[in-house]
Amino acid sequence: MRLGELFFGYAKIGLLGFGGVAAIARHVIVEERKWLTEREYAEVLGLGQVLPGPNVGNAAVMIGRRFHGLAGAVTATAGLYSGPLVILILLAVFYDHFGQEPGVASFMRGVAAAAAGMVIGMAVKMADKLRPPLELIGVGLLSLVAGAWLRLPLPLIVLILAPISIWLSLRRQTA
Amino acid sequence: MSEDDEIGPLVLAFLALSLVSIGGGIAVLPEMHRVVVEEHGWMDSLAFAKRFALAQAAPGPNIMVVGLIGWHVAGAAGMFAAMLAMCGPTSLLAYAVARLRQRDLPWLRVVERGLVPIAVGLIAASGLLLAKGTVDEAVLALPLAAVCTVFVTLSSRSPLWVLVAGAFYGALLL
Repeated sequence: MRLGELFFGYAKIGLLGFGGVAAIARHVIVEERKWLTEREYAEVLGLGQVLPGPNVGNAAVMIGRRFHGLAGAVTATAGLYSGPLVILILLAVFYDHFGQEPGVASFMRGVAAAAAGMVIGMAVKMADKLRPPLELIGVGLLSLVAGAWLRLPLPLIVLILAPISIWLSLRRQTA
Repeated sequence: MSEDDEIGPLVLAFLALSLVSIGGGIAVLPEMHRVVVEEHGWMDSLAFAKRFALAQAAPGPNIMVVGLIGWHVAGAAGMFAAMLAMCGPTSLLAYAVARLRQRDLPWLRVVERGLVPIAVGLIAASGLLLAKGTVDEAVLALPLAAVCTVFVTLSSRSPLWVLVAGAFYGALLL
């Protein structure tokens, strides 16, 4: 893959990532361009999630580096942020003029609900394709409950579940 | 106070926030609210919520809300300073970890495999929370979110179709 492809792939992810880029990033990287397999992508994303900072941004650094070293990491990051940054500047400039429009609100609600379904669907699809062993499915469900129902702070969830999950994966490895 | 005087506090605030934003940038939203609204008084609660909604509706990583806050506090310079503070150091850290990965360390592979279910579980959790937010606002959002979930699960078409459908549905019914 060339640097240009990396840039435009990530530019697409950034510009089309309405309601967050997680779902579209997986679609472009795994299904459309086949840069990584489902498992490879899940592993990069998992690592990006426990490291501080935006997880898709962390994943962009790691995926960019994997293909093109430092230049790749910079290119992927630039691709991801530059388009949305331009739009953000426009929004910031015009915010006072159109932010209050009532017609915009119902439109945005529809997009938000669809984006929510998109994110849930992505998680279901990943779980289905990765086919994790039973005990790791348990960990996944625990983190789902902790995040969605108990509303625990995410650093706390990671702190509690990561050691358990890593221990389980180690046991399976050595077994 | 002039806008330039706010750049320093802005950078420090988002630098600190970036280091505790484990589990994705949006995980840190409650803490961001505390720092921006209560500690520094850069804007009120409503202004904060509106900027978050705006960043959500716009394309790009959700963390772009940081840029909007930076802009509000100190203009274009504030936007770039805040984004750099939020994403710069953590990107360097991710780069260092990526270098480590290249050495193919067995323990790192075990750690990665262990983290995958947590990542997927937390993605599902954030989707459910987003869905709950929209359904609380309008009940008719529930069937939309459900149908979109099924579509993305079963189809390998671009998930963007779902957003187009959502925009029409929202304009007509929500």
